[in-house]
Amino acid sequence: MYAFDYRRPATLNEADLALKAAPGAKLLAGGQTLIPTLKQRLANPGVVIDLSAIPDLKAITRKGDTLHIGAMATHAEVAGSKDVAAAIPGLATLASHIGDPQVRHKGTIGGSLANNDPAADYPAAALALGATMHTNKRTLSAQDFFQGLFATALDDNEILTEISFPIPKRFAYAKFPNPASLYAMVGVAVAETAGGPRVAVTGAGTDGVFRVPALETALTGGFKADALKSVTIPTTGINGDIHGSPEYRAHLIGVMARRAVAAA
Amino acid sequence: MSTSGIGQSVRRVEDIRFITGNGNYTDDISRPGQTYAFFVRSPHAHATIKSINTKTAAAAPGVVGILTGKELAADKIGGLICGWMIHSKDGSPMKAGAHPALAVDKVRYVGDHVAVVIAETLNQARDAAELVEVEYDVHAATVDTATAAKPGQPQVHAEAPNNTVYNWHIGEKDATDAAFAKAAHVTKIDLINNRLVPNAMEPRAAIGDYDRGTGTYTLFTTSQNPHVARLVLSAFIGIAPENKLRVIAPDVGGGFGSKIFIYAEETVCIWASKKVRRPVKWVCDRTEAFLCDAHGRDHVTHAEAAIDASGKITGVRVKTTANLGAYLSTFASSVPTYLYAPLLSGQYNIPNIYCEVDGVYTNTAPVDAYRGAGRPEATFVIERLVEVAARELGRDPAEFRMHNFITTFPHQTPVIMAYDTGDYGASMKMALDMADYKGFAARKAASAKAGKLRGVGFSAYIEACGIAPSKAVGSLGAGVGLWESAEVRVNPVGTVEVLTGSHSHGQGHETTFAQLVSHRLGIPIEQVTIVHGDTDKVQMGMGTYGSRSGAVGMSAIQKALEKVIKKATTVAAAVMEVPEDTIDFNDGIFEARGTNKKMAFGEVALQAYVAHKFDSEKIEPGLKEGAFYDPKNFTFPSGVHIAEVEIDPETGITKVEKWTAVDDFGTLINPMIVEGQVHGGIAQGIGQAMLEGTVYDKSGQLVTASFMDYCMPRAHDLPSFNVGMTTTPCTTNPLGIKGCGEAGAIAAPAALINAITNALGHENIAMPATPQAVWQAAKSSPHKIAAE
Ligand SMILES: Cc1cc2nc3c(=O)[nH]c(=O)nc-3n(C[C@H](O)[C@H](O)[C@H](O)COP(=O)(O)OP(=O)(O)OC[C@H]3O[C@@H](n4cnc5c(N)ncnc54)[C@H](O)[C@@H]3O)c2cc1C
Repeated sequence: MYAFDYRRPATLNEADLALKAAPGAKLLAGGQTLIPTLKQRLANPGVVIDLSAIPDLKAITRKGDTLHIGAMATHAEVAGSKDVAAAIPGLATLASHIGDPQVRHKGTIGGSLANNDPAADYPAAALALGATMHTNKRTLSAQDFFQGLFATALDDNEILTEISFPIPKRFAYAKFPNPASLYAMVGVAVAETAGGPRVAVTGAGTDGVFRVPALETALTGGFKADALKSVTIPTTGINGDIHGSPEYRAHLIGVMARRAVAAA
Repeated sequence: MSTSGIGQSVRRVEDIRFITGNGNYTDDISRPGQTYAFFVRSPHAHATIKSINTKTAAAAPGVVGILTGKELAADKIGGLICGWMIHSKDGSPMKAGAHPALAVDKVRYVGDHVAVVIAETLNQARDAAELVEVEYDVHAATVDTATAAKPGQPQVHAEAPNNTVYNWHIGEKDATDAAFAKAAHVTKIDLINNRLVPNAMEPRAAIGDYDRGTGTYTLFTTSQNPHVARLVLSAFIGIAPENKLRVIAPDVGGGFGSKIFIYAEETVCIWASKKVRRPVKWVCDRTEAFLCDAHGRDHVTHAEAAIDASGKITGVRVKTTANLGAYLSTFASSVPTYLYAPLLSGQYNIPNIYCEVDGVYTNTAPVDAYRGAGRPEATFVIERLVEVAARELGRDPAEFRMHNFITTFPHQTPVIMAYDTGDYGASMKMALDMADYKGFAARKAASAKAGKLRGVGFSAYIEACGIAPSKAVGSLGAGVGLWESAEVRVNPVGTVEVLTGSHSHGQGHETTFAQLVSHRLGIPIEQVTIVHGDTDKVQMGMGTYGSRSGAVGMSAIQKALEKVIKKATTVAAAVMEVPEDTIDFNDGIFEARGTNKKMAFGEVALQAYVAHKFDSEKIEPGLKEGAFYDPKNFTFPSGVHIAEVEIDPETGITKVEKWTAVDDFGTLINPMIVEGQVHGGIAQGIGQAMLEGTVYDKSGQLVTASFMDYCMPRAHDLPSFNVGMTTTPCTTNPLGIKGCGEAGAIAAPAALINAITNALGHENIAMPATPQAVWQAAKSSPHKIAAE
């Protein structure tokens, strides 16, 4: 680790000021990504701003047909929330399969989405559910928020505060974990929403999380796993590494999509 | 009988300490005035060092010293050694290149040691290390095991043309070829035994501490064999004479072999502590461990079995290329030779065996002993070969094995080993029962209905433990003797300290060794303390590896205990005024036969120390005895493991559904600890077979250099193990112990791959059988399954 100054603002406003005062500063949520990055000296932010003292960033509430989750809600809190279980049970299940217990009790939904790891689970859910990202400055659709590998629409000085999910008719997420890291090698989120079926894939895209129009179209006629049987996923845009070739990952997208639809 | 003696599942006395964070590991130790070392390591697999500029770094805050190979050479510090001389077929000695602790002219693998930066804090050492400028002339690297010796490959060491360290062989070639010429059937297989990274939970660490007052060096280090470390550091590397060098290995958190070896880092720390006049501490981080701990396995093998018309195996022919990495680690040369090929007879009566092994250098981390060391590789060869042969011949794999089992003992194999005892059929029968082998066909049909492929696989392994008669290993090239020492010190009130040359790195010696003492002396284990891991306390020892601490280490303790009892009997006889030969010693009581005179062990101890009641001209006061025990033979644990798997052909996920292990370890001291060793070993074997793959790219970069890419077995990857025991006590040591530390890791890979190939219906899959590999392989499965 390189030495850094540590700040723990008590309000969003203070956090905003601290960010502006220290260009290159990093926000700290659960630290599950940031701390290892710092330890390996892959980042040298100079200032680290811990969000954990800011009240109200953890709340999970249902308002009408929308589920609101504070950015600092941990994976364990989402997994254990009655409101999440009632509104979008598949989201609670997703959270309960992130990493291991230690990671789930420290890692946050905001940290995960802001980090936009191409193998993270939440981005697929956010995209499939058509979530809205609320920051201290504006709101963004999931579609606009994710911008490729580890890239989002967030400005340097922007803080993600809450994610709101329109409650779908059905939602499920099927994950094929990378055996080593337990991140998604392929994760497919499927949702039957007011605007029609949506399918989003994580872990497999050379450019991060993405939607699969061919699968969405196939589900328009009926939200049934069988409807997806005939769809072949091409390998263009699918990444390959020592754990899985593009062919394998493309194949798994089909398998996981069918399993997700069957589970939804 | 005592509740803490031999055969009792006594709770491990060391666990409270470990679980509550009160262990004392090397990293827990700090010395006054301690500095911190950080190594500048090569980012290239193969390069010439053109220059090292330390000027800027030396001026960085907190820097105490920066040392390179130049200073090391100037101080006449010798290179790291390989302690086992192997001769090639043509009689020539192995061709080894130099192995300096800090590189002098060339670096030969990613992570190779270029310089050490020593500073007031670790962060300052790291900061300064980033300022050390090293100019490299980068060369192409040799990485691949199979092709390393081909002409034209980049040369790792000038001393070893074609990267060949040796072309070794064992067995009778002509007789074996003749058996093949007459064979009714020949089975041929090609195998890769995948390279593994050991990943002990506690990373390596060292503190070098030079005392200017006495001229004595103390090295705290994570070692499985502190005395061997002292011997090598003093006699070969030349740090200091043994009487001026103390090595302390406190609690050691796992090793699996990787902490046997004497590495560059501890050598540098101990040497540097005199140079910078301060204690120097180094703690390995996980990335460094991936790059620089000695790796395991890495063989490419072609193997053949000759089988006669009755289904008897008449010959086995094996050709192996073993990757030894960039330098020869401490015992590297012996692992793919004498620790490997002599096990190729397995549990079978095979009259002819011939094995050739080419040891090759590559630009990868050194490869040395890792849990099982040679025996897992041999077992994988013979158990895959036998399984495939049975399939080709259309015979049941269990029946085919039993048809070829050795049934009379002692049995001399054609490759050195003389098995003293065993009952292979008994283990097989028990395992078949426990695994419900009869019910397999029904389970397979049920799986097929659900769209899954089910398979069952066997591994009837043998291993050689308790290495071994010193004279024998000496004649095979070992640089050391392989006896063990023990000293039993009885205190005046009858409590006991046992000093042992074995050194636990997780095995529970403080419990099992105390059980032996409790058993023999009839005192509670609370009154016994095991002392190990310090060369100033224990006079000499060979350490813990190769499942030798029970068979050899405890035999030495047993021998010393007998001497203690003999002396105590003399004292008791004098005190009770009876002839010595009328005294019986049972359950802690010395009793004079035919009288009502008796004394408890503690009373005798007290009398030995006060020396009031005997003639000290004739009987020396005190009660303390030592022993060196040299084994008569290896021990031969054996057993049968049966794996049952279910494959989802759609995803390639293999679920290990059932695991049956029936082992014959001879006498069990603590069945619970033994079962724990079996569990851990199987977990590692399953890891090798399905999860753990070490990948270097063509340039020699380690692709799998973290847990994000290198898959260690986790609880969710493993089934519940069904463990059974058969017992034929070892006939060549006093306790009948065979050893249990490596069996699981030896047996498991073959059982699992045999199960997976059985499920697939073809042999075309390599380790690790990852989901991707299984998915690919399942595409060509001839087995019919229901569509999902
Ligand atoms: C062993 C392990 C296994 C894991 N397995 C999985 C897995 O299976 N699936 C999965 O999806 N993830 C997995 N993760 C990642 C985990 O989910 C982390 O929680 C996540 O990556 C980051 O969340 P965090 O709260 O820890 O964020 P931090 O590490 O604190 O921050 C991550 C990044 O986001 C920024 N950031 C954080 N909060 C905000 C905010 N409110 N506004 C703007 N920027 C912000 C930080 O500045 C930083 O750049 C794993 C992690 C580990 C260590």
